[in-house]
Amino acid sequence: MSFSLTRVGAMALRYAYLLQGSWLRVLELAYWPTVQMILWGFISRFFMQDSTLLGQAAGLLISGVLLWDVLFRSQLGVSVVFFEELYSRNLAQLFVSPLRPYELILSLMTISLVRTLIGVGVAALLALPFYGYRLTDLGWPLLLFFANLLVLGWAIGLQVAALVLRHGLGAESIAWAAIFALAPVSGIYYPIATLPAWLQPLAWLIPASHVFEGMRAVLLEHTVRWDHMLYAVGLNALYLGLGVWTFLAAFRLARERGSLLQSGE
Amino acid sequence: MSEAVIQVAGLVKHFGTVRAVDGIDFTVVRGGVCALLGGNGAGKTTTIAMLLGLLLPSAGSIHVLGEDMLRHRYRVLARLNFSSPYVDLPQRLTVRQNLMVYGRLYGVPRLRARLAELGEALDIGRFFDRPYGSLSAGQKTRVSLAKALLNRPELLLLDEPTASLDPDTADRMRRYLTDYQRASGATLLLASHNMIEVERLCDQVLMMKGGRIVDRGSPAELIVRYGRRDLEEVFLAIARGQAQGEGEAQEWRARA
Repeated sequence: MSFSLTRVGAMALRYAYLLQGSWLRVLELAYWPTVQMILWGFISRFFMQDSTLLGQAAGLLISGVLLWDVLFRSQLGVSVVFFEELYSRNLAQLFVSPLRPYELILSLMTISLVRTLIGVGVAALLALPFYGYRLTDLGWPLLLFFANLLVLGWAIGLQVAALVLRHGLGAESIAWAAIFALAPVSGIYYPIATLPAWLQPLAWLIPASHVFEGMRAVLLEHTVRWDHMLYAVGLNALYLGLGVWTFLAAFRLARERGSLLQSGE
Repeated sequence: MSEAVIQVAGLVKHFGTVRAVDGIDFTVVRGGVCALLGGNGAGKTTTIAMLLGLLLPSAGSIHVLGEDMLRHRYRVLARLNFSSPYVDLPQRLTVRQNLMVYGRLYGVPRLRARLAELGEALDIGRFFDRPYGSLSAGQKTRVSLAKALLNRPELLLLDEPTASLDPDTADRMRRYLTDYQRASGATLLLASHNMIEVERLCDQVLMMKGGRIVDRGSPAELIVRYGRRDLEEVFLAIARGQAQGEGEAQEWRARA
């Protein structure tokens, strides 16, 4: 059978219908380039302000990347693992068993920790032969940074899981997008002072901002900023509580609407 | 008097303006085998979901194994189980892994021995080490039934228990369910479109239409009451509004 432009057009139309049917997909098209542009804009500004920092850039950037991945992996470890139950239409089976919702939350957190250790652990090990960089050079504060980012990832992951429980798998892409919305304002690769003044109060409400400030204090000033650590712990306690509450509320709403039976691919 | 294992009173569920279940009352006693019969959208699955606590009712009360399911469902969940074609198991896990996980969730003692027992009884041992997602629809139905029997439930809720099974396998599954029910004294509630299955397994039938119970009785009673040859004809008569029964169907028609 010969080539048919009509068939190509039919399939293009099929994919266009997908875009037309979901404003979220259209928004996503613009979302990633925008986040990248903002993030790299601030990185450039930071290094242009102080050229002496360029000498230490490798350590700053690699530490930032690896710690950022703790947050990213831990969030996915909760949300995407929860989605697996939706993909396999297993949620109803689970919730007619004696499993309590808070037990499910604890199991998601446990597997998130394991997945994060594997994912970031391998990358951290490879940083040594590739760049001669040891993440453990951060010393024992690394444990505090790791724990705070892990807990923030859990809190965001639970919020994302609650959203998907509420709106269905159509909201799945939020799992990937949500965490990156925080990236430009978390000061991963540059101090919060680099941000415009109006954005800085918002940044300080994010525990990750305090962790990355703490990381830079260790790397550049060789000091541990306890004030930042305390803020991070306090904010994390608040957000984790909020995440658990939201998930349980979404679970109750799903029982009212019958979506525990309907959820699937 | 026999102990009530399921007690439902004034049960209502509406989704917006749609009343999926519209004020039903029924009791199933210990050791009873009860069927919910009705066409698509009659309210059978919604009723089962409310009995399990998967769905919160808009009004009414549900007591299962003596506990108020709206307040204390976790006290009884380990003593019941269910199977439905509307839910599934993780596709990438093997059958054995799936059953091991659920066995632990239900706290099944001597789990490996129980798996071996069910593997033989339901003829699923051959594919214990295959991914669940690679099984045929009929094989999945049997695995789902095995999951539902893992904890030797006192109450078993089955939605279309023999869906997708060939007649031979379906017959063996029914025989197994009957044997299990007789040996354990378990109570069974099933929703089915298979009238032969209902006639063979059940001692009580609740006929549902438009979210209401329009008639009830044993299969033999309903057949006599409607002057039909079998339960399928009774079902068709009620579904098509040709019922000449003396029970709730007439009241229901009068209300409609």
